[in-house]
Amino acid sequence: MAFEPHLRGHDIWGTTLFDGKAAQRGYPLNKMCFSFNDAANREAFQRDEGAYCRKYGLDDAQRDAVRRRDVLALIEAGGNIYYLAKLAGIFGFNVQDIGAQQTGRSVEEFRAMLRAAGD
Amino acid sequence: MAHIVGGIGTSHIPAIGLAMARNQCDDPYWHSFFEAYRPVRSWLEAARPTVAIVVYNDHGLNFFLDKMPAFAIGAASEYRNADEGWGLPTLTPFPGDSAFSWHLIESLAAADFDLTTCQEMLVDHGFVVPMQLLWPNTAAWPVRTIPICVNTVQHPLPTPRRCLKFGEALGRAIEAWPADERVIVLGTGGLSHQLDGRRAGFINKPFDLYCLEKIEHEPEILARYSIRDLVELAGSQGPELIQ
Repeated sequence: MAFEPHLRGHDIWGTTLFDGKAAQRGYPLNKMCFSFNDAANREAFQRDEGAYCRKYGLDDAQRDAVRRRDVLALIEAGGNIYYLAKLAGIFGFNVQDIGAQQTGRSVEEFRAMLRAAGD
Repeated sequence: MAHIVGGIGTSHIPAIGLAMARNQCDDPYWHSFFEAYRPVRSWLEAARPTVAIVVYNDHGLNFFLDKMPAFAIGAASEYRNADEGWGLPTLTPFPGDSAFSWHLIESLAAADFDLTTCQEMLVDHGFVVPMQLLWPNTAAWPVRTIPICVNTVQHPLPTPRRCLKFGEALGRAIEAWPADERVIVLGTGGLSHQLDGRRAGFINKPFDLYCLEKIEHEPEILARYSIRDLVELAGSQGPELIQ
């Protein structure tokens, strides 16, 4: 099977490229998530989420998306999935959990979809 | 002279490291995956590498968006991992080989690849999980290591063409090192996968099989793709193929 390159110019469905524009938009949000590499910062976030978000200068949309644990909204607000994964970890979500949330499936359904793609 | 005993491409997902930490390798979900590494480990025992050059991507442990190098190389005497926010175990530090690192830095600069040099560098699961998979006894690493990190976080990413040329220059640089080393090169990117967006969970097995065949026999075919092509064909994390 051949897969021809450079034939595609349209948007890719359900996919956001984390480019310079997103990196600027999401900088405070991603910087906060980067801080969660440190356990003390994770604890500070858990003690007072709102204060922690304000400290990093998150805008209204970003703060609201954090409050709602809404991964699609976090990405829309400039979040990068590698950094967001650290935020998700605080809530006890792994990447299958957040895949399920974004695709409107249960985690079992999401896992079954992954398995089926490998068969 | 140093020579390359082989190259290994492997997944690096953190779930593998967690399964190993939790002794779940024989669970039905994981069994066939870990079984597939047995022949690799036997091969490594026979090949006896002394140095592992690990080409990987950082996922937001060592590098942040304040400074994002396209290509970075470790030049330290040891490398440590960290919990990354999920409580991953902190392992025995990985020994480095700073003299060999600086030789690679010099050689690659002479070949027009200007690397960000890191005398301190935390290594994340992109580096650690492949090391654990290949050498499960994490109490004592049998090889010295040199991490080489490729940006797959923030677009624009290096093109597949650039990465192929980088790999060719790296191969020449390794073989020009006068020490008598047996070098294994690990490519620890990924095949098709997508973590983010409504298309999360996207997998393209026919394209993965095509890439595996071409990487071995005709890598220049894969160098024709743009990063955007890889995102469409292999998902938003599919560009990890460039490692």
